[in-house]
Amino acid sequence: MSEDIIDWSSHQTSTWKTKIGLAEMLKGGVIMDVVTPDHAKIAEDAGAAAVMALERVPADIRANGGVSRMSDPKMIKGIQKAVSIPVMAKCRIGHFMEARILEALGVDFIDESEVLSPADDQYHVDKSKFKVPFVCGCRDLGEALRRIGEGASMIRTKGEAGTGDVIEAVRHMRTLMDGIRALTVMPRDQLMSAARNLKAPYDLVVEVARIGRLPVPNFSAGGVATPADAALMMHLGAESVFVGSGIFKSGNPAKRAKAIVEAVTHYNDAAKLAAISEDLGEPMVGIGCDELSEDKKLASRGW
Amino acid sequence: MSKTIGVLALQGAYSKHREMLAACGAQTVEVRAPQDLSGIGALVLPGGESTTMSRLLLRWELIEPIQNLTAQGMPIFGTCAGLILLADRLAEWNALPRIGGLDLTAVRNAYGRQIESFEAGLEINIPEAAEFAEHAFNGIFIRAPKILADSLGGNVEVLAVFEKNPVLVRQGNIIAAAFHPELSGDCRLHNWFVRGLQSGFFRGAR
Repeated sequence: MSEDIIDWSSHQTSTWKTKIGLAEMLKGGVIMDVVTPDHAKIAEDAGAAAVMALERVPADIRANGGVSRMSDPKMIKGIQKAVSIPVMAKCRIGHFMEARILEALGVDFIDESEVLSPADDQYHVDKSKFKVPFVCGCRDLGEALRRIGEGASMIRTKGEAGTGDVIEAVRHMRTLMDGIRALTVMPRDQLMSAARNLKAPYDLVVEVARIGRLPVPNFSAGGVATPADAALMMHLGAESVFVGSGIFKSGNPAKRAKAIVEAVTHYNDAAKLAAISEDLGEPMVGIGCDELSEDKKLASRGW
Repeated sequence: MSKTIGVLALQGAYSKHREMLAACGAQTVEVRAPQDLSGIGALVLPGGESTTMSRLLLRWELIEPIQNLTAQGMPIFGTCAGLILLADRLAEWNALPRIGGLDLTAVRNAYGRQIESFEAGLEINIPEAAEFAEHAFNGIFIRAPKILADSLGGNVEVLAVFEKNPVLVRQGNIIAAAFHPELSGDCRLHNWFVRGLQSGFFRGAR
């Protein structure tokens, strides 16, 4: 009974429930990479549930090379001013000062992202210390649970950003979901060794075994370029999709953005998907992931 | 009249509403197109992004059929973005295509950005539902809208207030909350809605 009686003298901001809550609100939606306020408006008009403000889309980061860092605050503020939907921004893996700066700017979500050059090869940001919620990438269940253990309130599978090739996104989502399914049928007395093998916190392993899903929303990223790609990821277990280069590196961004938004809603209706996919112009050219050498793969950044 | 509750599933936290309603013993169905509305006895509009939902409501021609059902007395319950979609007036972005029906003015994202999102205990006052008097309802406000206190039409009942602004209102068969009961783990509001549907309470109440 005592748990039921809440004595709230005043409101409590930035609780775990409000952080996960925002991630819940983004479900069934599309989060689009944008580099200018104009892009952000196009994304919002197309029905994006949120935008990711960054200076270069992953395809350009890949093409240009060099060190890739947090965006200029001026650019982020311009995008915040342009749209009413949530604005996300990326910090480098382990760069907790970039994260503090983004929090001070009032971004709605921080992506501690492998798309930028990592700042720390050993430690990720201690996300539990922040008021702003974080999303982090993963390739499998162990990586997802390590990030949640650090305080991430949303997980996205990494895929391979800036390629327009969905194969890595599929691989990571299937690997993650296989990991979850394996835990759900595992006898309780085997969960500690599962935690050891996954290199994941034991209490989170027990939780996943009990509820049969991640304890935070699970989105997909890295390689989605078409409505069919988005629908595929939803069927494999994604609750929303991030689309980076796939929209603004295509022939008709506004049209394609709308189509991908519609595909995430109607992922179960192939007839509607056929109509949605019609006449969208050229998709991004892309790079086959098999043509990338291991050292060119962004997904291997972070652990 | 059907007891199945439709949950608008264009975008947002529709699964959480379905889980809550199922826990209250209700049958639910996801609504993505006009034909999904046939056979439902009530509709829930979830939280999410109102601009996204507005565009998809327009795209799949759902606004008019929902308005017709609501005008015929079908109970409808909107939370957060759902409240925006039900508001007759918006302080900004008033051109946003939406369902309407609630005689009030709402302000989107009125508490600021995500870091200002909060939880607060709410005293809910519904005369026919004694369970709300027992203890506070944990209101979870995420980039929440505000209902302007001086904007209410004469038929709008205020069922809960936070810092002088109404946060739970009812106008006949239309109910709206600025917060997220579907995330609170507290079934009382969903239970009340399901009970009201089953007893025909909301129909023709005003």
